[in-house]
Amino acid sequence: MTESLLVVDGISKSFRGLRAVSQASLVVPQGGIVSLIGPNGAGKTTCFNMVAGVFRPDEGSITFDGRRIEGLRPDQICHAGIGRTFQIVKPFKELTALENVIVGALRATSDVRQARRKAEAVLDQLGMTDKRNQPAAQLTLPERKRLEVARALATEPKLLLLDEVMAGLRPTETDQMVAVFRELNAKHGMTILLIEHVMRAVMALSQQVVVLHHGQVIASGAPEDVVRDPAVLECYLGEEVEA
Amino acid sequence: MPTELVFTVALQGILTGLVYGLMALGLSVIFGVVRVVNFAHGEMMTIASYGAIVAFGAWNIDPLVAMVPIAVILFALGYAMQAALINPFINRPEHSQFILLAAVAIIMVNGLLMIFGPDARSVLVDYSLDSIEIGPLLVDKVRVITATMALAITAALFAFFKLSHTGKAIRACADNHLGALVIGLNVKQLYALTFGIGSACVGAAGAMMTLLIDTTPNIGPVFTLQAFVIVIIGGLGSMPGALLGGVLIGLSEAMSGLFFAPSAKTMFGVAILILVLLFRPQGLLGRKA
Amino acid sequence: MISRLIDGVPRRALVLLGLLLAGLLVAPLVVDAYILSILILVLYFAYTGQAWNVMMGFAGQLSLGHSLYVGIAAYTAAALYVHFGIGPWAGVLPAIAISMAAGLVIGFLAFRFGISGVYFALLTIAFAEFTRVGFDHFAWVNGSGGFFLPVTQQAASDPLNLRGSPTMFYYILLAVTVLAFLFCRWLLTGRIGYYWLAIREEPEAAQTLGINVFRYKMIAVAISSGMTALSGVFFAFYYNNLFPEQIFSMSRSIELILGPIIGGVGSLFGPILGAFVLTALAEVVTEIMHALGYEIPGIKQVFYGICLLAVIIYLPHGIWPPLRKRLGLEDRS
Repeated sequence: MTESLLVVDGISKSFRGLRAVSQASLVVPQGGIVSLIGPNGAGKTTCFNMVAGVFRPDEGSITFDGRRIEGLRPDQICHAGIGRTFQIVKPFKELTALENVIVGALRATSDVRQARRKAEAVLDQLGMTDKRNQPAAQLTLPERKRLEVARALATEPKLLLLDEVMAGLRPTETDQMVAVFRELNAKHGMTILLIEHVMRAVMALSQQVVVLHHGQVIASGAPEDVVRDPAVLECYLGEEVEA
Repeated sequence: MPTELVFTVALQGILTGLVYGLMALGLSVIFGVVRVVNFAHGEMMTIASYGAIVAFGAWNIDPLVAMVPIAVILFALGYAMQAALINPFINRPEHSQFILLAAVAIIMVNGLLMIFGPDARSVLVDYSLDSIEIGPLLVDKVRVITATMALAITAALFAFFKLSHTGKAIRACADNHLGALVIGLNVKQLYALTFGIGSACVGAAGAMMTLLIDTTPNIGPVFTLQAFVIVIIGGLGSMPGALLGGVLIGLSEAMSGLFFAPSAKTMFGVAILILVLLFRPQGLLGRKA
Repeated sequence: MISRLIDGVPRRALVLLGLLLAGLLVAPLVVDAYILSILILVLYFAYTGQAWNVMMGFAGQLSLGHSLYVGIAAYTAAALYVHFGIGPWAGVLPAIAISMAAGLVIGFLAFRFGISGVYFALLTIAFAEFTRVGFDHFAWVNGSGGFFLPVTQQAASDPLNLRGSPTMFYYILLAVTVLAFLFCRWLLTGRIGYYWLAIREEPEAAQTLGINVFRYKMIAVAISSGMTALSGVFFAFYYNNLFPEQIFSMSRSIELILGPIIGGVGSLFGPILGAFVLTALAEVVTEIMHALGYEIPGIKQVFYGICLLAVIIYLPHGIWPPLRKRLGLEDRS
């Protein structure tokens, strides 16, 4: 067993008495790719937002890289070494793609030239060099999604949180994204935690899958085991099939 | 200080505040639906006031009667403004919308200045100086009448939004812009209608206001600010909130005039505004965003 | 440091800027007193617009109450001069400090309580109004009666006390405007500039990238209000009279921000161009009206309003960005 990078231990969160997440725990090993799945309203995003610093958990602890991070602000979480993307992309519209990524790269350096070089390298890595001088507002959805990833990567995170980064993409575009993350993981050892609805991507990417239902973790393990788990089939995949 | 005086001044303040409330209601309705802050609101009120002054001066029409055609004219003005100017700005950044309406406001104030000059004007009807006895208190008749009418108009508007088909459609637009588009409502037209209704409110208030205060072109910006203060205190988009805010401001003005200097009156309103913004930004009766 | 200021700027832009500066430097030698007074006004609005632009154009916080900073700085410097004989160059420091403090208080309250957009704008108006009424009753500076600096006829300029000819004021203002322009360029090309633009565009995403949004907004407010304070000090010593009714008024705040909006919010040259265009426009209209024999009060402002309307409708980003593109002066990257 490799070392754990992120350990979420029994976190809960209620909104106006409604328990969105209840005693959820999960572990992301160093260098691993873990998917968080579950039907709509299962508490995935809430869970994710607690790790990303948007909400403070009501109880439980989040340990990242040996350090307790629950209740830190999102900018502090970023400095701790976690980069994230948004499900609904939030590019800096009037800035160019390159400038967008420079903002991220300035996390690690205050020197703009150095940040620019870093940003150019990241854009290159994601195959976006030809788009670098386009204002983000003019990019297509898949390009914007890539830009989100590039921006997050430029902050030099140890862990990448991906919030439904495949949503809205066509199957070929999904495959391209999957390839990007595989390469990041294989070549650069990037650890990834993703929320994902697109099972095609989940199955292709994850080494481990955690299933949330009604705010609780009901199963976790290798993807091929989890999809055969009767509880999972009933709550999640069953619903998907009906729909 | 005699208690009766305090109560009389307080009551006068509350009555005036109801007319303020009607003026602010227009702003609130417009913001609540169109999500555009009408920075020319006070200026539009001043246009209505001059309309009433002209009607009285030229044909001796009581402002309370002239109020009806004036409200109709302001409705048309508001409708046209929304349709021609503001609709294309709906998705522009806030500062663009602001500068658009600020430009309109500048044109209105100075247009009035060109036509009517800088001198203060007022309307003196034969009952201007009459008083009504309410228990031991003696209050101005015009304030009682205008406050009653402001309440009646608000009630009518309230009924319109709650009961009529168009009113419901407008509320739907306010709640969910996209949804309203999806179910096939003509959102732009409803926006124009809303701006017209808000303008009609401020038109009625402007006509009535001539009975209460002197009018100069320069009170426009003052009342724009006043309307903001009122709707933010009451809650942007809340109709009862606008009335409550108006009453609070009317009361605070009257009381600060009595206990401090009359010139300090806006300070109290603004102080209330700052406190509300900090501790209850949605306003006293506003819903949390 | 220096190279950062001119990095990526096309040579033509540098040449044009140099020509403009040279023109402004020799202007007092060739123009008459009337034109000089207008140029002073242009520079005043260019500088103040630049200061406001830091907060709105860079960091995206719409302030409609910048007259507050002009006013309290003007009063601070003037009161120190009149009551204690402290000269403007010493008085400018407390003036800046007080303006900044006011900005930081408003910023702190607004940003900590999560007030933004229209609500923030209204809060800034509210504070300016509050202060205006307060100064109306502030006897130490003569309340609503106005506060006056002694005007003495002097043979020679006395720059140490900011007493002297319009030419002296002109050159001081020109120097301040140029420095502000360079300072803003320096800010915008540095980390803080990128951070502000990120906050302006998407505060939530900015925070996710490690930006302490609250802190950078506060810095923007501090710099903007501090810069604006200089305008106030200048105003006090140039005009020699201060009335709360005028200096703190909402219309004064709006006047200050028209330039950058017309010129182009967020661009460096926009406030300068906007100040030129607006001031020139106002003067031309006055001249035309005068020539035609119309002396109706308000007609100038109506025309002004119509021009404003036209610009905001047809040039949503202001005059400068499309003009820059047309002239081929955009930064290379």
